[in-house]
Amino acid sequence: MALNGNDSKKVCEAIDAVYRSHSRHVFATLVRLLGDFDVAEEALYDAFKAALEKWPRDGIPVNPRAWLVSAGRFKVIDAIRCRVRFEPLPDYIEEQLAVDISDELDGEGIEDDRLRLIFTCCHPALPSDAQVALTLREVCGLTTEEIARAFLLAAPTLAQRIVRAKTKIRDARIPYLVPTPDMLPDRVDSVLRVVYLIFNEGYFASSGGSLTRPELSEEAIRLGRLLVELLPDPEALELLALMLLQESRRSARSLPSGDLVLLDDQDRSLRNKDYIAEGLILVEQALSLRQFGFYSLQAAIAAVHANASNAEATGCAEIAGLYDVLLSINPSPVIELNRAVAVAMRDDPLAGLALIDAILARGELTDYHLAHSTRADLYRRIGRITEARASYELAYNLSQLEPERLFLERRLLELQG
Amino acid sequence: MKYLCLICAEKVMEQMTEAAAEQHFQEYTEFTDAIRTSGHYLGCNRLQPTNAAITVRVRNGKMSTTDGPYIETKEQLGGYYLIEARDLNEAIQVAARIPGARLGCVEVRPVAEDKQTLKALGFVDSETFR
Repeated sequence: MALNGNDSKKVCEAIDAVYRSHSRHVFATLVRLLGDFDVAEEALYDAFKAALEKWPRDGIPVNPRAWLVSAGRFKVIDAIRCRVRFEPLPDYIEEQLAVDISDELDGEGIEDDRLRLIFTCCHPALPSDAQVALTLREVCGLTTEEIARAFLLAAPTLAQRIVRAKTKIRDARIPYLVPTPDMLPDRVDSVLRVVYLIFNEGYFASSGGSLTRPELSEEAIRLGRLLVELLPDPEALELLALMLLQESRRSARSLPSGDLVLLDDQDRSLRNKDYIAEGLILVEQALSLRQFGFYSLQAAIAAVHANASNAEATGCAEIAGLYDVLLSINPSPVIELNRAVAVAMRDDPLAGLALIDAILARGELTDYHLAHSTRADLYRRIGRITEARASYELAYNLSQLEPERLFLERRLLELQG
Repeated sequence: MKYLCLICAEKVMEQMTEAAAEQHFQEYTEFTDAIRTSGHYLGCNRLQPTNAAITVRVRNGKMSTTDGPYIETKEQLGGYYLIEARDLNEAIQVAARIPGARLGCVEVRPVAEDKQTLKALGFVDSETFR
């Protein structure tokens, strides 16, 4: 029985909604059943095409996801029959298709497919930039063009990165599996690192005309939530807490004009209170579960900032102490720099300057614009204008981010007289 | 998004043996059927060989013509498919299945779909500008 126009419009809207909420699930399951990313993508496409033809006529199936998975799989079987003469598919796909899947379509085990997909996309055999690109495209469903825009890359460059990564997965037969418990900690590290990279590129854009790229941070938070839901790993919880607490400051970090606002001058009422509340609960949960780790310490630092009602009230001593611990488990010049800022706030600017100069004297961070702008700011605070100007100029020349350059330019003008 | 897949090959069908050309035609029939069914297909054409080409220029209001294609290369533009794909990587996957990709190469070009272009070409939905 054909539906009338109004009903078929409703069905199309329903298919749209299923696409938005389930297409990545269906894709993940198809990758497992078919053993190949590209074949799975074609199957996904065909499955939704079949849904557009059949659902308006037959109604929406009880379990749309299972329907789509089996429709996609049948389309591949059809396609194999049609084109076997010219482009036979690899043998392993035919082997996969011979398996009876009727038991697998009722939801049991299907949740794990998304996790398998994440672990495959973040496999350590793939270069880090390819892990990021693949995760955003295959797990989050972003298009190549969207990812390229977010990372300020040319679309063909990114497209080739994805093609190469998929070829590598196929040729090296990278397994589509959740790692075994003995491998899990290492592999989880690599997944969390990819999510954190995506978040950081969204939160501290490395170059370009805009200070942040919210679409990337949002995807990272979505991925973080997914990991917390799927993986019983305290570190996933800590990373989510960190991202929420950082993200809560986004609207306070820049003016509507796009200009940068320093932490001290940020309007704390602009912070996202829901994110802060959720982040604080997660930090407490994380800290009660285990000892301090890389993400939980940074989340704890972000929590101190988030709890303070203004700059003066920020617990500088507590923050400096947390940085001490962070530095001891994860030595890094950038963390040293952050600690120097906390020490400058706790004690005085000269103490902070001594720490920064020590880092630079080792030859580290000399090309990092934030090391020079921090140094400049501390000199400015104690009225040593010549040194401040010299450092602002260094920072200006090193920065690739337009709002930051404008900010540094203004500082230089202020210090001119 | 729309992508134009330009098929370039050194050896075009006119230069193949009859049997090879026939098989190639058959492959195109099956590929085109497949992308029609999958919904990627928007349009396609095969072009006559470059010895049928003529290049036109107008300078200071005067037209001049030269024989042959604008670019002299060994590889000739032999035909094209206009396809609809989710993104560049999906377009690449479709392009890789074009039979000509195995003989020569296929250039995948995204179609400009900015507002100004769509308006200039008369593609903008009249309702949005009414």
